Amino acid sequence: MKGNKKSPYLFLLPYISLFTLFIVVPVLMAIFLSFTNFNTIEAPEFVGFMNYINLLTQDEIFMQYVLPNTILFAVIVGPGGYILSFVLAWVLAQLTPVPRTLFALIFYSPSMTAGIAMAVVWRVIFSGNQSGYANHILMSLGIITEPVIWLQDTRYILIIMIVVALWSSMGVGFLAMMSGVLNIDHTLYEAGAIDGIKNRFQELIYITIPSMKPQMLFGAVMAIVGTFNAGAIGVQLTGANPTPSYAGQLIVNHIEDYGFIRFEMGYAAALSVVLLLIIYMFAYVAKKLFSEA
Amino acid sequence: MAFKSSGINPAKFHVSQLKFYIFLVPFAIFMALPIIFIFNHAFKPLDELYAFPPRFFVINPTLENFQNLAQLAEQSGIPLSRYVFNSVFVTVIVVFLSLALSTLAGYALSKKQFRGKKLLLEVNNTALMFVPIAVMIPRFLTVSALGIEDTYFAHIFPLVAMPVGLFLIKQFIDQIPDSLIEAAVIDGANDFKIYWKVILPLIKPAIATAAILAFQLVWNDMETSNLYTTSENMRTLAFFMNTLAAQTNVVVGQGMAAVASMIMFIPNLILFVILQSKVMNTMAHSGLK
Repeated sequence: MKGNKKSPYLFLLPYISLFTLFIVVPVLMAIFLSFTNFNTIEAPEFVGFMNYINLLTQDEIFMQYVLPNTILFAVIVGPGGYILSFVLAWVLAQLTPVPRTLFALIFYSPSMTAGIAMAVVWRVIFSGNQSGYANHILMSLGIITEPVIWLQDTRYILIIMIVVALWSSMGVGFLAMMSGVLNIDHTLYEAGAIDGIKNRFQELIYITIPSMKPQMLFGAVMAIVGTFNAGAIGVQLTGANPTPSYAGQLIVNHIEDYGFIRFEMGYAAALSVVLLLIIYMFAYVAKKLFSEA
Repeated sequence: MAFKSSGINPAKFHVSQLKFYIFLVPFAIFMALPIIFIFNHAFKPLDELYAFPPRFFVINPTLENFQNLAQLAEQSGIPLSRYVFNSVFVTVIVVFLSLALSTLAGYALSKKQFRGKKLLLEVNNTALMFVPIAVMIPRFLTVSALGIEDTYFAHIFPLVAMPVGLFLIKQFIDQIPDSLIEAAVIDGANDFKIYWKVILPLIKPAIATAAILAFQLVWNDMETSNLYTTSENMRTLAFFMNTLAAQTNVVVGQGMAAVASMIMFIPNLILFVILQSKVMNTMAHSGLK
């Protein structure tokens, strides 16, 4: 076939050019900046691994609050949100089209309401005075007697962030997994039944999941990236960066704090690189789990 | 007795589906509450916004909050229609271009053998993991180096290459059997024809999902307005709504912020409703067995 050698590059060229210009180059610049001192005004000054050394040895807030918070948040929201997305996608696929659409819309809608919506709703619900919804309900049930200042109380901030994150975790991974389940060839199930599959659980393990590995991997990567790159939640809920006593401080907030409040762009870049490594590591595990072997 | 195979995508309601409803309904109510809340909040008059005890549902719906928002918008000197136009224009172009680029690249990455394929995939998937705020400043430098600040290009170009969209589409193309493409080659189809006639029709669910995602990312994006534009009339609706909701004082602000969220949310909702049948499209009719 003529032109077959060149055509892959032709198909890729438009994507690659924009991708390189607006994503690869800025990412490389950010990685370069992580080895410098850069206050966004003067030219960056090369300092070697200084930022990374400081991160590991000097940054008490990072070690004491930010890292534990991020890990706790990610450990619950990542797998929790992923399993929830998959189970819901799988259950919805077993409904008739109309109710399925309706439920899918409801579950997906939180991910559509970006930024302001999230803050509006949850700040009102967890408002600190007695006309806040959470306080009102708990007080009328007699569970608490005094209104709780939910969003400033260091004991509750992270828990509320986790609830809100789980609420909005049925995102694009959920949609992809749902169409993955729906796209599985029906004859596979019939063949499975003949081969001795006895119940829905076995069917799920031996047929459904192996047949939709590409979507499972996509969902997993999105869950990992989504949870580690989450940062807006805490700041929007509490209305401040840093969050009160760093109780809801995640790595992303720490990056913002250094990059855009203290203008230590070099240090912020080093934090981003560390975050990238963490995400990459988890995504690598997910890839091993769902690779087409 | 052999297990009666599962009811994936059933055509009719059956009693066995009831157990799913028992699990789904309470969950759906919990998930829907905040959205219903926004819609109710947007129509509440001032005294209901701060009523004690707080009420979830609106009793005397009013357009007060909409009027307040409109008034505030007028004060800024630029007609609202300008922001709406900017947003719609930018969103339509980015979604269209981004789908075209991702499907083209996805086809090559999934079904073609060439040098650097593995590396390219790896770079793409690593790029989507990099936290967006860390590249804000470097991206700003790139945009200004190209001299496209304060133009529509500054809204469009940085967003067109969407690593997530490419990853998603490539994952779906992976599922298309190679035999189908080989058959098309034997029938004399060239690469572009295979892309257009074989690949695209088969990955409609992925295209629809990517479209929803791309729309959302662009429609809600504030970064391009924030960083790459300087004149007010180049800004988008998302940016404008956010400043309005943020600027105002807390008392009247709550209702207006709810209105702003509602206005931003509704186009997402409409698009989802239009495209959902494609997302849940099955390959049953595609002759793919």
